Formats: sequence, structure tokens, C-alpha cells
Amino acid sequence: MTTPRTEFSLVRYYRAGMRLGFQREIQYRIRAFLMLIGFMIEPTIYLVVWTSVADAQGGEIAGLTTGTLAAYYIVWTLVRVYNLGYAPDAWEWRIREGRLNEFLSQPIHPFHRDYTFFAGAKFVWTLAWIPVALFLTIIFDPVFEWAAVNVAGFVVALWGGYTVRFLMLYALGMINFWTTRGSAIFGIFVASELVLSGRLVPLELMPEWVADVAAWLPFKWTFQFPIDTFIGRLAPREILTGIGFQALWSAVLGVIFALVWKRAIRRYGAVGN
Amino acid sequence: MSRPAGPVRLARLHFKLGALNELQYRINFWVQLFNSALNLGTGLIAIAVVYNQTATLGGWTSSQLLAVLGVHVLIGGFLKTFVVPNMWVLIQDVQEGTLDYTLTRPADSQLIVSVRQINIWSLIDVVLGVGVVAWALDEMQTGLSAGGLLAFAVTLVCGAAIVYAIWITAVTIAFKAVDVGDLMQILNGVYEAGRWPVSIYPLWLRGSLTVIIPLAFAITVPAEIVTGRVPWWWLVVAVAVAAAALLVSRLIWKRGIRNYSGASA
Repeated sequence: MTTPRTEFSLVRYYRAGMRLGFQREIQYRIRAFLMLIGFMIEPTIYLVVWTSVADAQGGEIAGLTTGTLAAYYIVWTLVRVYNLGYAPDAWEWRIREGRLNEFLSQPIHPFHRDYTFFAGAKFVWTLAWIPVALFLTIIFDPVFEWAAVNVAGFVVALWGGYTVRFLMLYALGMINFWTTRGSAIFGIFVASELVLSGRLVPLELMPEWVADVAAWLPFKWTFQFPIDTFIGRLAPREILTGIGFQALWSAVLGVIFALVWKRAIRRYGAVGN
Repeated sequence: MSRPAGPVRLARLHFKLGALNELQYRINFWVQLFNSALNLGTGLIAIAVVYNQTATLGGWTSSQLLAVLGVHVLIGGFLKTFVVPNMWVLIQDVQEGTLDYTLTRPADSQLIVSVRQINIWSLIDVVLGVGVVAWALDEMQTGLSAGGLLAFAVTLVCGAAIVYAIWITAVTIAFKAVDVGDLMQILNGVYEAGRWPVSIYPLWLRGSLTVIIPLAFAITVPAEIVTGRVPWWWLVVAVAVAAAALLVSRLIWKRGIRNYSGASA
């Protein structure tokens, strides 16, 4: 007789959580597709702007050809999808509506639940991304320099980028335990990310000091690094270093989050009583 | 008791009440000012980064592009103050089945759903937008005649009418879709496309932004008039497009209401 597997394991929790996220999101296929269309607009604007700048300079700026720029922004859309995490301002709703209670009554940390849920949904968004990417590929003629190592590195870098950004957003969300006017701080985050991550433009096109500042911050490991890995702009050694930085930032942000979480929860109890 | 208010007075009353409500929360002013400044700052950075690499972008100089950014922020301020808050309430009403209360009121339903909410602090963007346009004109040193200023003002009013028409049309069409919140996000994304002059976009995108979602007439055309890139009589085109957009929104609203049977029915 086989005994039912009732013991708890985090691995099994992750698998189940991701499956749940996938199943929930696949019900809303049209929504996922619409979301991707929405996501397509931002990089298309950047791409058009930079392509016309590159054209005016004879087809190349700062070593980036129009084909590379196209590849950059097409992969951008996929990285953006993988970047999505639990929005900081959504914590306000959770706290206000008392939604946190159901998490707190479970022995497992809510982080795992949110992290796996978003992770599972990403598989659906990846499916929705394919037609969007095809459309952009036909229109913009991207140039990729593919090698097996890039694709393998990309898969790791994509999930590494997700983890780093998820932790950033999650830690930021904790601000809501102290104030209802966190939007000013989220604004700073959005603006910094836009400029320092490679989201607006590859960092080579920024003034040098911006790239220097970006090197010390987690943002670029969530945007430019996975993109550069995929389109073949990085050597295997650079890919490995980048993944190392992602691991480092995940650890740092994880510790920061864990410390703030303890205080936040104590505060939450104080409000609830 | 006074007699029933006409449409203009009704709109004014609603706006006044909404503004007074929001004015109680003074700290929101500072939060909004900070966020608006940040948003404008990133727009300026994007322009600076582009013109760091090139002297003109599709025939536009940096000061002309500054004018486009100014108009984009200005019209965006109008949108966030008057239009977007109302669209959220409308969406909520459809989802919760409370739109019926509005539809049964004797006043015009499109007017009512368009004036119920106001986010007064977003007017900061209108002020910032005017400032950026003035800055752009100062940089260009071309000066602006009284006639030019008047033409610019008219195109801005048309721009406001156009964005209103786009938003209410989109929301009305999506009445029956469950998650209209996503639609609002997409519309925001589309609005971002207006930050750059439409003439730099490839044909399919330029075409969409001119014919299907006429943002070109709401943002690029006013900026072209104020910077003297096109003659003043272009405002006639803007007026015609605004009138057409409003008419389309009216027809679609009527149709949407006719087919609306309440979420519970």
C-alpha cells in the first residue's frame, strides 16, 4: 500500500503554486493577449525613436545597429513580462481590506504564494508573447547572434531578473504598512528604473556616469542583462558574472525584505487590534 | 428651490463639489506635485538622451520636441483631472450594476457619467505643461503672435475634446468585456505614444494614431501650430476632427446604452 504524500515540501508547494497561477491565467487568454499589446506600445516607441536616430547617424549609434536595436526591444517585451511582480501599491489594498489575514494564518510565508503565482502566470504570458514577437520581427528586422550558451543563459537570467525585481517590488510594498502615500516613493522607483535599467534605452547610449551609477544598483540586472544575454551581446564569462550579480542582489534584497517584514507585521497587528 | 439646472450648470456643480471634496486633502497636492515633476523629469531626460546623439529627430529640433512634451503633459493633465476618474466610476458602475441609477436620471446620461468625478490635483500637470511650452518657445526665440496664441488655444480645446472622445468611446465599446481595467492601461500606453511627434512613426503606427485613435490631432498638431511648423489654418482640421470624434462618441454611447441591460439582468 502506498501512503499518500501528505508531508509538506517547499518544492511541491512551488510546483502547485505555479500550476495554480498558470491555470488561473490561461482562463483569461484574451486578457493576456491584450496586456501584451499594451506592453508592445512602450518598446515600439523607443525602438522607432532610436532607429530614426541611428538612421540619421548612418545606421549605427554607439556600436548599436538598427538590427541590434530591434532585437533589443523585441526581447524587451518578453523580459518585461517576466519582470512583473506583485505591485507595491496593491499592498495598500491588501492591508485596507484585511486580505493579509488569510496569509498570516498560514504557516508558509506569503512571499512563496505570490512568487509562485506570478511565476506560473508567466508561462501563459509567454504564449501570448509569441504572436506579438512575430509581428514585431516581421516589421523591424531584428539581428540576433545566437548561440546555445545565450539561450541557456537567457533562461537563467530571465528568472534571475524576475526574482530580483519581484523582491524589489515586494520590499517597496512594505512601505504601505507605514504610510498611505507611498505613491511618491513608487514614483521614484519607476523613474529610476526607467533610466538605470536599460528599459528606456540600452545603457551605452546614456551618459557614462549614468552607466557607472547603474553598475552599483540592481535595476540593470532585471532588464538590460537578460536582453543582452539573449540577443548575443555577451560572452559566456559575462553571462556568468551577471547571473552571479543577480544571485547577490536576490540575497541582499531578500535579507532587507525579511528584516522589514518582521517590523511591518508587528505594526499590522497593532493596527488590527 | 431653484429650477432644474441646464447641462453646463450641472457639469459645473458636479466639478465644484468634486473639487471641494478633494481640496480637503492638502497633502495630496504635494504628492501629486512630486509625481508630476518626476514624470516631467523623465520626459526631459528622454529628450536629452536622444539629442545627445543627434541634432534633429525626423526633422524636429530639441526645442520643438520640448513643445510636443509640453502639450503631452498639458493634455495629459486634462485627461487625468476630468476624464480618467469618470471612466473609472463608469466602469465600476457597469461592474456593480449601479449604472441603472444614472440611466434613470432625467438629465443626459453621457453628460452625467462624464462629470461626476474630478481629480483636481492633476491640474498641476496642466500648469507644468503650459510652462514647458513657454520654455520651448523661449528656446526657439521665434515669438508668438496673438493670432498664433489663439489658434494654439483652440487646438488645445480640440485636443481635450478628442482625448475625451477616445476614452469614452473605448470604454463604451468595452462595456461588456469584464476587465475594462486592462483597457485603461492600454489606453495609457497609447497615450504615451503621443509624447513623440507622430511623423517619426512608421506608416502603420502613424496611420493608427491619425485615423483610428486620432492622438495626432490632440498633441502633435497643437505643438506644430505653436512652433510654427504648420500654418495657423491647420486649426480648421483640428476642429473638424474634434467634432467628428465627439459625434462618433455620442453615437457609440447611445448605441451602448440601448444594448445595455444591466449586469444583473
